[in-house]
Amino acid sequence: MIHVLGCGPLNTIQDLGRAGYRNIGVTATGAMDPIALKVGNLLVGNDEDAAGIEIQTFPFRIEFEQAQVFALTGADCAARLDGQDLPPWWCIRAEPGQVLELSTPMKSARAYLCLQGGIDVPLVMGSRSTSLRGSFGGHEGRPLAVGDILPVMAGTTISPPVNGFGIVPPAQAMPNLFPVSDTGDLILRAIPAGEHDLFGDDSERFWSQTWKITSQSDRTGYRLSGAPLQLSAPVELRSYGIIPGIVQVPPGGEPIIQMSDANTAGGYPKMAGVIDGDLWRLGQARIGSKISFRQSSLTEALAVERAIDAYIDDIRRTLPLVANALVAMTKR
Amino acid sequence: MSNTSLKAPHVTPAHMGLPKISMIGNRSYLVEAPGELDLPAQRRIWALERTLKARPDVHELIPGMTNLLVILQRTAEDSGRFQDELLEIWQQTAELDLLGKTIEVPTTYGGEHAIDLAAICDYSGLTDKEVVRLHWERTYTVFSVGSAPGFGYLGGLDPRIFMPRKKVPSLRMLKGMVTIGGMQSGISVLTGPNGWNSIGFTELTVFDATAEPPTLLAPGDRVRFIPERVEL
Repeated sequence: MIHVLGCGPLNTIQDLGRAGYRNIGVTATGAMDPIALKVGNLLVGNDEDAAGIEIQTFPFRIEFEQAQVFALTGADCAARLDGQDLPPWWCIRAEPGQVLELSTPMKSARAYLCLQGGIDVPLVMGSRSTSLRGSFGGHEGRPLAVGDILPVMAGTTISPPVNGFGIVPPAQAMPNLFPVSDTGDLILRAIPAGEHDLFGDDSERFWSQTWKITSQSDRTGYRLSGAPLQLSAPVELRSYGIIPGIVQVPPGGEPIIQMSDANTAGGYPKMAGVIDGDLWRLGQARIGSKISFRQSSLTEALAVERAIDAYIDDIRRTLPLVANALVAMTKR
Repeated sequence: MSNTSLKAPHVTPAHMGLPKISMIGNRSYLVEAPGELDLPAQRRIWALERTLKARPDVHELIPGMTNLLVILQRTAEDSGRFQDELLEIWQQTAELDLLGKTIEVPTTYGGEHAIDLAAICDYSGLTDKEVVRLHWERTYTVFSVGSAPGFGYLGGLDPRIFMPRKKVPSLRMLKGMVTIGGMQSGISVLTGPNGWNSIGFTELTVFDATAEPPTLLAPGDRVRFIPERVEL
């Protein structure tokens, strides 16, 4: 069990989401940075879709009631375990009574805490993810709060070396795969969607201008600010299915990107869809940061998808070997 | 791997009775039925959904109003061919009539929750009594379930009480409001921002995450609003 000692608003339990229920209006939810959650789970020996904690407000502090192997991935939060600095993307064993503290990250938005065995909250419709709008799933259907006690399931008994071990994060492991601008702004690759051409010349501006992520942005979606885009002629759309990464343009003209907690259907005109391989980067984008869109192709999307799969597969395959070798070395 | 095979046009326009197909991201295809927003078109969507359900390359299907979002497990190697397949399946499938149950919705029309009734009267030129009567006299069909957990998009509204969605959503609409959005009607399932127009209220609960199934309404169900109280 772990005790939550310090917690800001809107930190939730998430797994890879509640797939398969969007046809009855149930949002998929799930980690905003699925790669970080998968790698965190692999580090502690879990299935990659086990439930962890998504931390997006800081500081965040927990106490371990018993010995517990855990991993931290996602944003680098200058984590400390009983005052000892931990590197990012790291797996280590905590002893009973030790306190883990995460501070506000300098870059990126969300950190993931995975515990060996996974957090033990009930499965609701096949997932342990918190649905904030629906008030179900996760821990009592709500964000975590100071005083919460979270049970952990029994997992494997694989133990990391005493000083722990880590993984190279995806952006460093695959530097050429994820484009940023000269000024370090995120470049998101996207594919034109149904109403793209109805925006006439404004569709060109969608791709050429830089957009800012406004403070009206959360797990549901990001509102962007920039010179508004207008349809050449108004359209009245019938409600259609929505997925994370869809870029819609509401009547005000400033785009919205729907994210993990988005409604499952909507009717705003759709300009583009961010490729799956860039969604985790969007999940790590901070309020106030700038982004731009680059027109992508299915060829490129497929190449990125394969590279990410290969990165995860490589970790899944080599991790047990590396962990065992490290443990053997430290025992010598 | 040939690059050209992947560079399919992102939009297949609707013509000659064929649906329009467009992409959302790299592995989702929106299939939009040609023609009017009516039950025959929705029955074609239900049929397409049923046919695609069995395919192992399909991850999830989200039926909308006379459209279907097809989400694949992975990016298609040959997207153009997949779109052609969708069109072929469309041509081969007949309408599917879902024989649902009939649900009666005890409703309070007017009163404190009918916050948009006056606006509908203005828009339609009808009295509040007429708007309410035209709403409960019809039997509705659940076209699809979506947007929020268990929310049913109801088709069959009397065109005389058509009311466009609000440009600026009302911030705190209550769960249980009986609403009109364009040519659709519905019962709100969550308290929160909502752009539809409220004319009444029901205590009926349409979603329970712990129940099996969690939703009261299913596509093809008939819905009748029973005017238990009319407060005008």
